Amino acid sequence: MKYQPVIGMEVHVELNTTSKMFCGCSAEFFGIAPNTNVCPTCLGMPGTLPVINKRAVEYTIMTGLALNCTIQPQNVFARKNYFYPDLPKGYQISQYELPLCLDGYVDIDPDSSGNTKRIRVRRAHLEEDTGKLTHVNNHSLVDLNRAGVPLLEIVTEADISSADEAYAYVSKLRQLVRYLGVSTGDMEKGAMRCEVNLSLTDPETGEWGTKVEIKNLNSFRSVRNSIEYEIERQTKVLEAGGKIDQVTMGWDEGRQVTVLQRVKEGDTGYRYFPEPDLPPLDLDPAWIEAIKANLPELPDAKTTRYTQDFELTLKEAQVLVEDKAVAEFYDRVVAEAKGTKAVTPKLISNWITGELFRLLSETGTDISEVKTQPKQIVDLIKLVTANTINQSAAKKVFGVMFETGRDPQAIVKELGLQQISDADQLIEIAQKVIADNPDPVEQFKNGKETVINFLVGQIMRATRGKANPKLAEQVLRDTLKN
Amino acid sequence: MELYSLTIHEAQEQLRQGVTTSVELTESVLERIDAVEDKVGAYISLQPEIALRMAEMADERRAVGEDRPLLGIPLGIKDTIITHGVPTTAASKILEGFTPPFDATAIDRLRQDGAVFIGKTNCDEFAMGSSTEYSAFHPTRNPRNLNCVPGGSSGGSAAAVGADEAFGTLGSDTGGSVRLPASFCGVVGLKPTYGRVSRYGLIAFGSSLDQIGPITKDVEDAAILLNAIAGHDPRDSTSVNAPVPNYVDDMKQGDGLKGVKVGIPQEYFTDGMEPGVAQTVRTAIDHLASLGAELVEVSLPNTQYGIPAYYIVATAEASANLSRYDGVRFGLRHDGGDMWNTYNETREAGFGPEVKRRIMLGTYALSAGYYDAYYLQAQKVRTLLRRDFEQAFEKVDVMVSPVAPMVAFEINAKVDDPLQMYLTDVLTVSLNLAGVCGISLPCGFSEGMPVGLQIIGPALGESTILRTAYQYEQTTDWHRQKAVL
Repeated sequence: MKYQPVIGMEVHVELNTTSKMFCGCSAEFFGIAPNTNVCPTCLGMPGTLPVINKRAVEYTIMTGLALNCTIQPQNVFARKNYFYPDLPKGYQISQYELPLCLDGYVDIDPDSSGNTKRIRVRRAHLEEDTGKLTHVNNHSLVDLNRAGVPLLEIVTEADISSADEAYAYVSKLRQLVRYLGVSTGDMEKGAMRCEVNLSLTDPETGEWGTKVEIKNLNSFRSVRNSIEYEIERQTKVLEAGGKIDQVTMGWDEGRQVTVLQRVKEGDTGYRYFPEPDLPPLDLDPAWIEAIKANLPELPDAKTTRYTQDFELTLKEAQVLVEDKAVAEFYDRVVAEAKGTKAVTPKLISNWITGELFRLLSETGTDISEVKTQPKQIVDLIKLVTANTINQSAAKKVFGVMFETGRDPQAIVKELGLQQISDADQLIEIAQKVIADNPDPVEQFKNGKETVINFLVGQIMRATRGKANPKLAEQVLRDTLKN
Repeated sequence: MELYSLTIHEAQEQLRQGVTTSVELTESVLERIDAVEDKVGAYISLQPEIALRMAEMADERRAVGEDRPLLGIPLGIKDTIITHGVPTTAASKILEGFTPPFDATAIDRLRQDGAVFIGKTNCDEFAMGSSTEYSAFHPTRNPRNLNCVPGGSSGGSAAAVGADEAFGTLGSDTGGSVRLPASFCGVVGLKPTYGRVSRYGLIAFGSSLDQIGPITKDVEDAAILLNAIAGHDPRDSTSVNAPVPNYVDDMKQGDGLKGVKVGIPQEYFTDGMEPGVAQTVRTAIDHLASLGAELVEVSLPNTQYGIPAYYIVATAEASANLSRYDGVRFGLRHDGGDMWNTYNETREAGFGPEVKRRIMLGTYALSAGYYDAYYLQAQKVRTLLRRDFEQAFEKVDVMVSPVAPMVAFEINAKVDDPLQMYLTDVLTVSLNLAGVCGISLPCGFSEGMPVGLQIIGPALGESTILRTAYQYEQTTDWHRQKAVL
């Protein structure tokens, strides 16, 4: 590529606290009748004052720590002044000079190769969300249910160089906030909103070009597609000898193009100043330490643990870690198997990413709704490793376990799937198979070793899969020798 | 003596003895209002029916044995303070017709104490002014001389007390707005320490400066009202979480003013001061000495920077605080066809010239490229002023000065000269910038108009300034010399 893209991202994450950032209204606003989740404070009525939601601060600190940021014990809320009907006070309470979190990073792995790239996080700060405007004919309807919901803004350095990296970055962020439990991270519901700042470097001087902002990105796909589109658009402009204007573009999801929204004036017009209604937030370092100590295990640490301690491949580990609920389920099964040597984390991983994932996707079930208990999975694997049932029977049992939540032992018994591991029971069958298949037996005796598999298959068929295949082979060989 | 001319503590005594009822007190005040309000214009709105109902309830509460200091006492409330179900305009057209669905914390506390609300008192629009001439509705006249202003911005609150149209009132003080009108009208006005009284429900002008304060007929009444409204409020993050003493008990402690060190800040006695004011205040200071106070010359060296710093900080904060009046959710709305024109026309029609002037000043002070030179610089001045006060209070218990360099001026005398108007605050703004407390009480007359003595205390030093003021008042009778209407 002739022009190297330089991309920075601003991601707004809606925190799923119980109440709004500065008042007692519910932070849950989705699907509620317009302007019913409001109070004098979030309506910006005269005389009202903000009170900081401590939980939102805690969530921000948690996220900041997960992003490897420095948490600033002294931080300040500021007023960002601008007029818009979705902004009740005519200013947004945000943070400017002294945000909660500074100087962090996220390691992304866009091609799941293990070769990570570090994206530096410049800052993460807490602010309040605006209301929502709906444009109908020549009017705009204002709904302030969302006004005042806590919003965490995470700003990167311009370290992202491609659409794939941007995609990986937002995926990683979503994974993190979900692991932390601070947000649903649902982009489609607006719980995560991205803005992309993109410029192309001059191939000769290496200097960054004019920055263009892309907004209105409502899905992960639109992040990727809009960046690809914008790189192409700017490349064409530059190759034609044109110049890039500093503008804000909006992503048109229907037409899959970016369209000019407005000419950018920079942030100097916001007249930021410290919010006089809120004294500087002076955080107790012990509180920050306590939050740190209580952080859940994060995806990167989990992946490392799975590959190092459990000897999973990177790919296997990533598949398990992708969704926190899956990883937690896996961890519970592994914990349950502790002390049972035969039931290795690797075997458990195979069952979860294999059969369980297949059943989840076939039945459209969420991991949280799975009836099967970790102990039941361990028991099932035990039945296999002890040769009580064979692999194909085990899959059948797993299916019933998934459907009913019953214990594997009971299912094996009921379905009569107990493996025949008694040689005496198999001798008679082996003799019959040998008698019924004179030609293959002849071939085997003439040295065609592979024919043994066919004969084992005949025993499996005769026992309806219940024979222990290894034992069946042994019995066959012994019988043929005699 | 008419009931309306009683002080709060006198009325309280009569209620306790069963000599009178809250309904009688309220009716007496309402009759007084009927008689003089046309001349004074202290109120923006009156709620006589609500008042009488509240009075009846107070009498019922007393009948079942309840006895609180403000139970059944009729009060006026500055219209910058939010009152549930009663129109609250801050004397601005932009809030005409706005009836709040909630109470200010101070109002809530007074309600619990059983106070009776007569009406909403006039003031400069959004408390921006020193004469109450910038009210969007009508000016208020000084009950001592109807040709003069009552001071501002809480001019209605001070005039109502001065004219016996309320037993006491609440005002709000951002740069002197309680003390100046109290001084001009010859009544008592107290600006508490920043954070002592919750600002929840006080319509914001300069958020880091605003305080609600009582305006009363005497010092004891101020202490009674402060007892009721002071205290930490979880709804105001800037309110101070410190215990509230009983100011009435504290005020009466001590043997005269023996052992009290009274500072005289040299910068507060400037050449521009009206000689009558300076002379009256000097006499009052001598009187304090005669009560046993030790007088100490002190210096507040950064005083001269008070006015410029104040007009930057207050207007900067105001420029943001007033952004919410956009015609979208409440109050006035002029439909301009589209969004920007609706904003422009609503604010053009809704705000008066002084409010617009201050929004522009504040917007300018916060603008990119000017922020460091103005807002940031003003904040530094604030730190210096705070330090001035801290250092002075290492040497003295209280400081005394005039409230203003002049007595009440004639209506229209300064209304077209904003700078002259701003200078009326020269001796009061520094207290707000430093966050300390001060009280204004009558100490004599100059050219026939009342002169106010300002007693300044450190942060949370209300007990000390009230005690000093009380001792002064007990040994003088300026507060008994009422306006004749």
